[in-house]
Amino acid sequence: MNLILRKEWLAPDIALMEVEAPRIEKRWLAGQFIIIRPGAHSERIPLTIVDSNAERQSITMVVQAIGKTTRETAALDAGAHIADLVGPLGEPARIGSGARVLCMGGGVGVAELLPVARAFRAHGNHVVALCGARTDAYRILDGELRKAAGDLKWATDDGSYGFHGNVLQLLRGMAQPGDFDEGHVIGPIPMMKAVADATRDWGMKLHASLNPVMIDGTGMCGGCRVTVGGEVRFACVDGPEFDAHLVDFDEMARRNRAYREHEKTILDKHACRLGLSQ
Amino acid sequence: MAQQGNRVKPNPKAPRQVLPVLAPEIRAHSADEVALGFTAEQAKLEALRCIQCAKPACVDACPLHIDIKRFILSMVEGGFDAALEAISEQNPFPGVCGRVCQHELFCEDACLVGKKWDPVAIGSLERFCADHARLRTEEAPPSPPRKPTGPKVALVGSGPASMIAAYDLVRKNYRVTIFEALHKLGGVLAYGIPNFRLPRNILHDEIARLQNMGVEFVTDFIVGRTATIDGLFEEGYQAIFIGTGAGLPYMMKIPGENLIGVYTANEFLTRINLMEAYKFPEADTPVRVGARTVVIGGGNSAMDAARWAKRFGSETTILFRRGRAELRARLEEIEHAEEEGVHFEFLGAPVRLLGDENGFVVEMEIIRMELGPPDSSGRPAPVPIPGSEYRIPVDTVVAAIGQGPNPTLQRATPQLVTRNGKIAVNGGGATSLPMVFAGGDVVRGGSTVILAMKDGREAAAAIDRALSQEQQ
Repeated sequence: MNLILRKEWLAPDIALMEVEAPRIEKRWLAGQFIIIRPGAHSERIPLTIVDSNAERQSITMVVQAIGKTTRETAALDAGAHIADLVGPLGEPARIGSGARVLCMGGGVGVAELLPVARAFRAHGNHVVALCGARTDAYRILDGELRKAAGDLKWATDDGSYGFHGNVLQLLRGMAQPGDFDEGHVIGPIPMMKAVADATRDWGMKLHASLNPVMIDGTGMCGGCRVTVGGEVRFACVDGPEFDAHLVDFDEMARRNRAYREHEKTILDKHACRLGLSQ
Repeated sequence: MAQQGNRVKPNPKAPRQVLPVLAPEIRAHSADEVALGFTAEQAKLEALRCIQCAKPACVDACPLHIDIKRFILSMVEGGFDAALEAISEQNPFPGVCGRVCQHELFCEDACLVGKKWDPVAIGSLERFCADHARLRTEEAPPSPPRKPTGPKVALVGSGPASMIAAYDLVRKNYRVTIFEALHKLGGVLAYGIPNFRLPRNILHDEIARLQNMGVEFVTDFIVGRTATIDGLFEEGYQAIFIGTGAGLPYMMKIPGENLIGVYTANEFLTRINLMEAYKFPEADTPVRVGARTVVIGGGNSAMDAARWAKRFGSETTILFRRGRAELRARLEEIEHAEEEGVHFEFLGAPVRLLGDENGFVVEMEIIRMELGPPDSSGRPAPVPIPGSEYRIPVDTVVAAIGQGPNPTLQRATPQLVTRNGKIAVNGGGATSLPMVFAGGDVVRGGSTVILAMKDGREAAAAIDRALSQEQQ
């Protein structure tokens, strides 16, 4: 049981939660994640660790209310408890130094970008962040990102803020092969795939942080397996970060849709109980 | 002992009592326990089949050296409680072991009665004693936990190896903490073994027994992640036992393995047993079980997965590359799977899986095998017959082809010497690191509950020796 110290809505359905987790606060590194269960009947879901506070012995996570488990999580308020929270899991992000680094995030993935961008900057890299949101109201953690990256550019799908378009279009408009030595991308699968395809011949190392379906998060079940460079890897223990140019994103997208009908069933049931369907 | 003269004469020739089971047609839709256990009448009759050998080979054969001769004698004399006490001296988990131990490979294999007739049903008798006491003590108020005062010992993983180590150590007054990575206790007993084989209240009660003895349990704690081995020593633990099990599934390494509907046994069983997907949507975690399921493998996990698939209403086949004689599962599970209508396809192995345009598995290509000379496992090696490939339609595939040690702790502790991923140990489970011990599947690879317990017991003894020496 982990106490929620603070909750803040960053966007209409995106909540930031600061949770007491003294051991994880001491040990986590950028790129790592936790697995939580909001309640006793919940699924186990992975969430990236976004930030931490040594004084309050806490970590911060950002959750977008989409499915039943994420909705239940986001509905919890300060003072409530998360039934189960375990971590830190996965390998930390690979952070080199002395390079020009491009950090790209889309949607709620922007939150995960924050610690990675900070870590790159702390290691003496020049960091440019390209972030995407549906619309202005969905831009999250702008102030924090501005401090973390040397340069932050936003793209919104409807042009309500910054560049009118998506991150890929923004990238194409502002960067060319040779401009960057290294990149990191996190976001919806189509976005990561598009960025990987666009930069394949750039001579730039691109890391993607993957978020497949997971259960235990310790390498036990193999549910999160992804194909990278023709080899089967477990995102929970071998990742979550892999060479984006080698990831089979199409397979990953298909696997992430495996439980679509189940998700609908349980969400309908959940909505029904909450009276939302009326 | 006045009754000594009146003792009823043993009757080894009497037929072995048949374990009552739930009717197969009920099982098809139920997660309830299949084996119902002996009645008191049956238990007495079966106990009478024991001839009370002067040198009981069964006791030697039992990895925990339960005093089988004595507990069965107590049963004959009508003292079921005394029988349970005799068992508990060596094994505090008779409810679990009476259900999941492969008695036919150990005590019942050694049973002298079995040389001429069927061996005494020692496993079922063990289970009877546990269940009999449970029925009576279920409503007893829990006594406040004891508070041990000795040195602190950390046990990593809450499966069978750690459970018995905890029992042995807490009895010697050690302050024992068990760290579990998952949100529920029991390790493989919780995520691997189905409810219909081991009802969860039995497992919970036997774990609660340890809690009442003063063993502390911490869930959601991954040693190697949440804290390191060195960190635990800094926190005052004086010895550490690693019993993290074989939680690394082997993959089939065939084309199509990542299609939707293809599971490792670990994932399939974890979804259903640990996350209770059989209650979906009451429980939130789903599992995909289509109209036709093929389970690959011949061990206990294969039987468990196939029997679950059957309960989801799926037409289920176990595909095994050798013959029936080479199946490694408990005999009882094989029989139960057959009774429940699981189809067995022997001498076949999957070659590849084919999917539809959305990435769902729809077909499996199988190659016929024949048995050749024995391989390293001592069993006849399966040899593919060229040109014998054929295809069958399938919606769900479960690969139950074994597992290796979970590497999490080893990766975080590079100074710990391993061999093929298994932690290397000397006698008593001593690893390459001082005061760090290991046992069970993390040392053996995929093995059995009872051998894990044997290792846990030996490691507990070694820890006690090491810490007693240190204190002198």
